[in-house]
Amino acid sequence: MAVPEKPLLYSYFRSSCSWRVRIALALKGIDYDICPINLSKDGGQQLAIIEYLEETRPTPIRLLPEDPKKRASVRMISDLIASGIQPLQNLDVLKKVGQENQLAWAQTVISSGFAALENILQSTAGKFCVGNEISMADLCLAPQVANAERFKVDLSPYPTISRINKTLLTMEAFQVSHPFKQPDTPPEFRAC
Amino acid sequence: MQAGKPLLYSYFRSSCSWRVRIALALKGIDYDICPINLSKDGGQQFTKEFQTLNPMSQVPALKIDGITLSQSLAIIEYLEETRPTPIRLLPEDPKKRASVRMISDLIASGIQPLQNLDVLKKVGQENQLAWAQTVISSGFAALENILQSTAGKFCVGNEISMADLCLAPQVANAERFKVDLSPYPTISRINKTLLTMEAFQVSHPFKQPDTPPEFRAC
Repeated sequence: MAVPEKPLLYSYFRSSCSWRVRIALALKGIDYDICPINLSKDGGQQLAIIEYLEETRPTPIRLLPEDPKKRASVRMISDLIASGIQPLQNLDVLKKVGQENQLAWAQTVISSGFAALENILQSTAGKFCVGNEISMADLCLAPQVANAERFKVDLSPYPTISRINKTLLTMEAFQVSHPFKQPDTPPEFRAC
Repeated sequence: MQAGKPLLYSYFRSSCSWRVRIALALKGIDYDICPINLSKDGGQQFTKEFQTLNPMSQVPALKIDGITLSQSLAIIEYLEETRPTPIRLLPEDPKKRASVRMISDLIASGIQPLQNLDVLKKVGQENQLAWAQTVISSGFAALENILQSTAGKFCVGNEISMADLCLAPQVANAERFKVDLSPYPTISRINKTLLTMEAFQVSHPFKQPDTPPEFRAC
């Protein structure tokens, strides 16, 4: 399947949804251009993009396991984050809840989602969210942990989430795609 | 492959549960329902037993093939992969599959969670209707736009897909919140087609074991 031109990703440095896709592109070794956009609305359709990359570029690294039950676990965890947590604390919603309520709202939404996720990981996790191979679920986890840190959520009740996140952040694909290393990262974050 | 009948934890009015009920009907899979009432007794989804099945305390959850799955789209994709006949819910072509997933995600991540019971409780009773209407209208405006390039008889071309399973329940939510649907003719047309199909009728919120009497006559 010959691709004539480089893929173009519309991305916002700080968007957890954009970061998930940047990680996928890095893991798949796909060279791409970025068109930075200042987001006021996260699309919420990044999982469709990741599944498309998986189906059309299965090498060098798979993002979904072969076994249907494990695939279901990967999608379940990805959806928990991408539908159950992130949309409830995205920019649009935070604007609607009002500035004085934003922090408490985001913390509640993330803590409650992370409590459920920590529970689920007890049965699915190995080195990564599902067993010992990286998957789409891990691509959703790290950016959501970054959001949690941004909203000062106490992560001590979620040791499995923390452990997996720590592992992920040592991987090159997560580093090169990191919010603080993007073409549109503002100077005050670049030093981080 | 399966030991006993699948068991679906479902609430009659939950749009996410309805998506899975449609999938099970289209696939011709016989199943049992365990109704979970989201408002009774403070919400039966918060019982310890149910939380063991789904720590997110949400419906649907499906017990099938010895596992318990939550998240409606993850469930539907599992059904698709393990029971591809008699009807496929995702097309063969990767670009069309991406369109199906994109539309499904737009609804399942971009609209529904923002107007679910939990969030409505948080925004407060006096704000609920306006909030839900804003969220749904804004999502439907985006969807109507996307459908201009993807839709045929259904959301993506002329074959039914997972996207349609997300659409009909979301339109039902829109009607429930009195959203004006006239700006969305493609959404309305597709929804009308879907509601003529048997799988959408047998799985309809008003025909469930836990449908209250006042809705059964509808």
